[in-house]
Amino acid sequence: MKTGDVLPSLELPEISRTTLALYAGASGDHNPMHIDLDVARSGGMDDVFAHGMLSMAYLGRLLTNYVPQERIRTYSVRFASITPLHAKPTCTGTVTKVEDGLAHLDIAVTLSDGTVTLRGDAVVAA
Amino acid sequence: MALDPSVVGTIIPGHEALVERGRLRFFAQAIGETNPIYGDVEAAKAAGHRDLVVPPTFLFCLDMEKPDPFALVRSLKIDMRYVLHGEQSFEYHALAYAGDTLAYNGKVTDVYSKKNGALDFLVRTAEVTRDGELIARLTNTLVVRNPKAQK
Repeated sequence: MKTGDVLPSLELPEISRTTLALYAGASGDHNPMHIDLDVARSGGMDDVFAHGMLSMAYLGRLLTNYVPQERIRTYSVRFASITPLHAKPTCTGTVTKVEDGLAHLDIAVTLSDGTVTLRGDAVVAA
Repeated sequence: MALDPSVVGTIIPGHEALVERGRLRFFAQAIGETNPIYGDVEAAKAAGHRDLVVPPTFLFCLDMEKPDPFALVRSLKIDMRYVLHGEQSFEYHALAYAGDTLAYNGKVTDVYSKKNGALDFLVRTAEVTRDGELIARLTNTLVVRNPKAQK
């Protein structure tokens, strides 16, 4: 692992209402803004939108595809933009620094129209 | 509606969560995870784990395994429809496995506003332990949209 290494990207299928219903059930996050169109509209949104933590889980898969999970020391993201229904997220990452046995990664989730929905970083044992 | 700064330091009632294999399989399916250490006990053991591995973000889900995961937000008179997840971070100390009972203890660590009060931020941290051993620290920032405050 060295500075500039690019992680194999992870392309996700289109996010459907079923994706969100299953994630709500499996995650235990039953916030109706993600699964109930009526509530989403009453909150001023055009439609339901994806849980931020679904994208963070996808990005977690990028990390555990790259290193065994026990090597992940920290994993942080900022949710930069909402992920709308029917979006197709892609997870990417690069190694920005390796020192003292630790690799620092910049990671992101980007939609096919170029919108960056999550930006974050992770530190893993190199 | 700005959040009252005196909420900083508020202890969030602790809870314990049992990690269930079926729930981990359901979660793996929901996020498209196919690595068998997250769904197949024999494969997990063959890879050196004692049971199914709790994936990185599932610790956040178990934090919601309490009678009312939105109790704090509600007690602050925040309308859930206007809440967005702003930031989330994890600091890992040990893996957790199916069969573990994990204890969650958290508190409110910060509140602040941006954009002339159009956005309020609520920051919480939680420590996750197993029989007293630190497993992870979670930090969560919620953003509250205040439509009326927007220019």
